[in-house]
Amino acid sequence: MSTTEPLLKTPLHDWHVAHGGRMVDFAGWSMPVQYSSIVEEHLATRQAVGLFDISHMGRLLIDGPDSSAFLDSLLTRKIVDMRPHQIRYSLVCNETGGILDDVLAYRAVLGDDDPPGLALVVNASNRAKIVAWLESHAGGHSVEVRDKTIDYAMIALQGPKAIEILDSFTPFELTSMRYYTGQLMEVAGVECFVSRTGYTGEDGGELICDADKIVGIWQQLIDAAERVGGRAVGLAARDTLRLEAGMPLYGHELSDQINPVEAGLDFAINLRDREFIGKQAIEAAGKTNQTVRVGLQLEDRRVPRESCSIWRGEEPVGTVTSGTFSPTFDQPIAMGYVKSTAAAAGTSLDIDIRGKQYPAKVVPLPFYERGK
Amino acid sequence: MNPEELSYAKTHEWVAVAEQDGAKIATVGISAFAVEALTDLVYIDLPKVGQQVEAEQPFCEVESVKAVSDIYSPVAGRVIAVNDTLPDALETLGSDPYGSGWIAKIKISDEAGLANLLDYAAYQKQCAE
Repeated sequence: MSTTEPLLKTPLHDWHVAHGGRMVDFAGWSMPVQYSSIVEEHLATRQAVGLFDISHMGRLLIDGPDSSAFLDSLLTRKIVDMRPHQIRYSLVCNETGGILDDVLAYRAVLGDDDPPGLALVVNASNRAKIVAWLESHAGGHSVEVRDKTIDYAMIALQGPKAIEILDSFTPFELTSMRYYTGQLMEVAGVECFVSRTGYTGEDGGELICDADKIVGIWQQLIDAAERVGGRAVGLAARDTLRLEAGMPLYGHELSDQINPVEAGLDFAINLRDREFIGKQAIEAAGKTNQTVRVGLQLEDRRVPRESCSIWRGEEPVGTVTSGTFSPTFDQPIAMGYVKSTAAAAGTSLDIDIRGKQYPAKVVPLPFYERGK
Repeated sequence: MNPEELSYAKTHEWVAVAEQDGAKIATVGISAFAVEALTDLVYIDLPKVGQQVEAEQPFCEVESVKAVSDIYSPVAGRVIAVNDTLPDALETLGSDPYGSGWIAKIKISDEAGLANLLDYAAYQKQCAE
């Protein structure tokens, strides 16, 4: 998006501004990067509940008799066998196996459609690209792609108290909802699509509703969250939370120059008895891959950032893709790509931070895993 | 120190100049506005005592959760003292930015840089923009 175009605003934009949100340009949207302290917002999510406005993410409906076969031909996970209410994390790849986006695919029962239609939630930065990609491959399929991003709002409640709070606003028995499923229900008297999904490593849910209904729901959820130590959380803490959880972020760990195998996303690839764009390249990459996504932990307090080089002695072995100071562990953490010969957990490496080398250790991902 | 009596660089450092044995000594820190804008500081890389510094050139780095930021020397000269309690008490930068949160003392070698500094009112005006 060109910088001369005005930034898009979510329906919660005025709320963010009124509550101290520092607004920044994120993928063409004016979004709150933080309201107060990133560390406090991060820890509130780990200890109680964080509320996130994620309305900037792209929401696409894929309808028509061929919708399942159509998405199945484009996604790395199988779509045709998805049951009603089921959700799958998947990748969209090009012919060379390069990742175009990571998405959630929903077998969403939104009406009387039989079979139920499909929905995709895509990254804000990739929405236009993915819509164009879907449309350019729709020929020959009886399928309709509708971009509903602006019509709907989307928020996330994440943290150990998230489900309990959301549950108190809906007649639906949310505590029994399975992870990676979602369905329509009333929340605070408004019809919403609620799923047990998220991007923080915590239990929680994500909620989609009509754009003009979200402010009332959000405020009620904020009030309930604040009573248990929760709060609104900006994009900065969303980033530190997902990094601790070892989750990749498009534009950092993922790009069209990276294939799903080196990204370590084998769980999101299903090659058996199906064809999809990029399959041959991904199969080949599985045999020849030279680099691997790893977690890195540092003892010093210097924080490695994106594009810092990684060394083993005199040998350059890789590059940092994301780094931050972990609020949970009180030390710097990073993800990056290194040669597979330097990727074993426990390997001692050095990271060049502004011209000086700092010792780092390869550690298994995720850094953070919530207690079950 | 009273923030209203200090001078400020456009890059958010404050300066207090005092005479000592015929030399001019600048005490340097970063403004409350800067600390508030940075948030979540986790590390400071202090300058070295004896280091020569140039006006408007980086001489110190602070790391926050989100990013690393340079701190610029407001004057030219030689570092004669650093606040080495800061690395273990970074919160001081926020709780007492104009007192115990000072960063370094610089013996000024060239007073030309002082002319570019803002007074309190002009600095406040810049921050409000």
